[in-house]
Amino acid sequence: MSRTSTVYNLDEPLIFEQSSPGKSAYSLPPLDVEDTPIEEILDPGMTREEVTGFPEVSEVEIIRHYTRMSTWNYHIDLGMYPLGSCTMKYNPRLNERTARMPRIATVHPMQEAALTQGNLELIHRLQECLQELTGLDAATLQPAAGSQGEMVGILMVRAHHEAQERPRRYVLIPDSAHGTNPASAAIAGYQVISIPSDSSGRIDIRILRERMNEDVACLMLTNPNTLGIFESQIEEISRIVHDQGGLIYMDGANFNALMGYARPGDMGIDVLHLNLHKTFSTPHGGGGPGCGAVACRGLLAPYLPSPVIEACGDGFRVNSDRPHSIGPVHAFHGNFGMMVRALTYILTCGGSGLKELTETAVLNANYIRARLQEYFHLPYPTPSMHEAVFSDKTLEPFGVKTLDLAKQLIDEGFHPPTIYFPLIVRGAMMIEPTESESKAELDAFVEAMIRIYHRAREDADAAHEAPRLAKRTRLDETRAARRPVLRWSPENET
Amino acid sequence: MRYISLTPEERQVMLQAIGVEKTEDLFESIPVGVRLGRPLNLADPLSESSLLADFKAMARKNASGEDFAYFLGAGAYHHFIPSVIDTLVSRSEYFTAYTPYQAEISQGTLQAIFEYQTLIAQLTGMEVANASLYDGASALAEAVMMAARVTRRMRVLVPEALHPKYRKVLGTYTGNHLSVTSVPATSAGSLDPEAVDALLDDRTAAVVVQSPNFFGVVEEMEEVARLAHRRRALLVAVTTEALSLGLLKPPGEMGADIVAGEGQSLGLPLSFGGPYLGLFATRDRYKRQMPGRLVGQTVDRKDRRGFVLTLSTREQHIRREKATSNICTNQGLCALAVSIFLSTLGKNGIRDLAEQNLKKAHYLRRRLSDRLVFSGPVFNEIVLRVDDPEGLNQELYREGIIGGLPLGTWFPSRRDQMLVCVTDQNTRRQIDRYIRVLQRSRVTV
Repeated sequence: MSRTSTVYNLDEPLIFEQSSPGKSAYSLPPLDVEDTPIEEILDPGMTREEVTGFPEVSEVEIIRHYTRMSTWNYHIDLGMYPLGSCTMKYNPRLNERTARMPRIATVHPMQEAALTQGNLELIHRLQECLQELTGLDAATLQPAAGSQGEMVGILMVRAHHEAQERPRRYVLIPDSAHGTNPASAAIAGYQVISIPSDSSGRIDIRILRERMNEDVACLMLTNPNTLGIFESQIEEISRIVHDQGGLIYMDGANFNALMGYARPGDMGIDVLHLNLHKTFSTPHGGGGPGCGAVACRGLLAPYLPSPVIEACGDGFRVNSDRPHSIGPVHAFHGNFGMMVRALTYILTCGGSGLKELTETAVLNANYIRARLQEYFHLPYPTPSMHEAVFSDKTLEPFGVKTLDLAKQLIDEGFHPPTIYFPLIVRGAMMIEPTESESKAELDAFVEAMIRIYHRAREDADAAHEAPRLAKRTRLDETRAARRPVLRWSPENET
Repeated sequence: MRYISLTPEERQVMLQAIGVEKTEDLFESIPVGVRLGRPLNLADPLSESSLLADFKAMARKNASGEDFAYFLGAGAYHHFIPSVIDTLVSRSEYFTAYTPYQAEISQGTLQAIFEYQTLIAQLTGMEVANASLYDGASALAEAVMMAARVTRRMRVLVPEALHPKYRKVLGTYTGNHLSVTSVPATSAGSLDPEAVDALLDDRTAAVVVQSPNFFGVVEEMEEVARLAHRRRALLVAVTTEALSLGLLKPPGEMGADIVAGEGQSLGLPLSFGGPYLGLFATRDRYKRQMPGRLVGQTVDRKDRRGFVLTLSTREQHIRREKATSNICTNQGLCALAVSIFLSTLGKNGIRDLAEQNLKKAHYLRRRLSDRLVFSGPVFNEIVLRVDDPEGLNQELYREGIIGGLPLGTWFPSRRDQMLVCVTDQNTRRQIDRYIRVLQRSRVTV
């Protein structure tokens, strides 16, 4: 039986559709200085009338509006969220508490360093933890998300090659890579050369050797890759790239598979980014904020974004005097609130706990894989680490596709896996349970998947109609893109 | 380990189902040569109470808004934040959800972002806004890169009074592609249209105007917009103080083609610089050139209104190296907070709050008029002449005040100048105390 029931939640119009003049939801203290008319301060041509369209509602209506809408969201506190490569793990409440400590959260970023020693210490401690975890020599926490971390990494690679007076022209990227990798390489001014995967789902070493030359700046590698497979030939890959003066960038989106078992620095990785909002439990917030910390070998440390946070004497300083830096990528120190949460998590787990998390994440993924492999096609039978990728091949004869499976999982009470990615697997379903799930939750998911498998044979039409129990049935994405309505206005009110 | 839910017995059952003896066997694809043969050199796990004590000890080493009055702005502002915001963004349904890829079970997040896009478009006076970028500085960089894409030109003019950190971030993003030319400020502290006109040419993709600018001066953009458009360049307006838009004429009414900005003022705590929020809005005709996520309205199979992520053919997961930007995760929860803030203040509150900032700042400005460096109109920041800004900050610190930003760090010719900010959070008593300490120190003219 499915674990969903008929959902009781309320419909809710847009906030703009609830507005009536005369209502308000705020209170400000009375003005305690002279009340000079605005037109005596600013030329009337410089000011506006009211902000046209802004709502007028009461505080009760605000609370109900956002509460009602919230009930239409699936979230990790509700149940398993097996989005591959997104590492949707439990977000500990202790992290939220430390991030909100007033003497941590109300510090201004432009205060002099002497007055922010606590927060600088916090950043520095997190940098040191990440250096130990990755086996690398230096780190920055400035990038606000993984894609900005990638850009930082590739700009550092470029700066290194420019210092050798040869910026080089190409970046090698495996065909299984996430789309941000080529987009980040392009921002840094590099052209992308794709490296195909071999039949085991790993980088094709023969082709890598052919395409690697002295005009290649770096290889961008995800390890474990987006098929959840460890690049076992990493030592050989490292030799091939480094022998020609190239560097290796690692996308650390899948770092949850490695903690305590292997360190990128020991594999020949020169620079990588970590997503604190994946491996280190900071909440994803419905699309951020994240933190795309970057760690690197000493060779690349001079190029790290400015400023860097350093220990000096018995305190910490903000060093902006770094002539070789690629420059800053954030106005201030980055998404500091995420750093507080990630450090809280690392200190709570300790070294032994982090290793246990990794072990459990890999165990959970392999358990799902073992239980599902007689029902769903595994395009690459190579051992999995923290996630497993299936295809929709066994459903295809019945006219049921990955999208139909995903939407049926919603009716079964689960968030679907990542679908149609990586691109090299047709109808891919990329399942990453993380360490957070209990065996009971994993079993319920597996059984839901098996039910969907059987239903495909019996009633394909039902599959196409899913989801039936969600707030909405399938939404017309083509219409959204062809005739974009990107904001409310009185004319498009429905 | 309280974040794991398996018993040792369950692990055994699972290992059997997989067909291996022990957990380590699952890591065999990692070659021995690169395995970590020792425990991680990290501290032992901390209990909840020990951890809180550890963080409290660090917190005590900061000067914060808990104990000090802030007269420091410079791109991050101490404003009123209504209690409903943290209550609502702390709901699991919002903060523990992922990016809304599965629209049917993400309608809460999607509708909230659709409302956010609407509120930002209204506030900036533009036609469309995206679902947020990382912060004001990277939003400006994305805006300039978009202007280069739209115009297919490679040169950009930026004002001297652009936030220096934004200028640097712009350099990091565009250093390999674009040339950036600086336009000096007038004695009023504002951008000089004649200087802009002299530097504009047919290779110029965009003219950037910041308002209020880094010296606090409110810019009139119409003339610069007209000059830029005559050369078929775009006007990129940027603001670090979005609250000012509750009162000031929005860039959309002054000819801006793209508006970028920092949204922190609109309901986000100072939090040592982040997470903040990159605002980004543009004209309808450029919507397909925008960076970042967008939410659009559509219908489901029963013809009911619903929302989805849309125009994704601009994005990296489809376009890869040809994408309009590499951004995917943005500042979703911050956008939600800003949405709640703007809806809570509403039409009247945003104006009242902005007016309080203006009037309090002018209370200080009138009393220190002999120290003003620039004559131009200001919102809530003022550049004052003080002969030793660092020394003054020390004195203010002893009085419980975080004083202001010494400009010499960023502008070597302005060593005797300090950027001071007065917001709704500063009481008259605090402002009077500030003035008293300042008047004790000598004026250099």
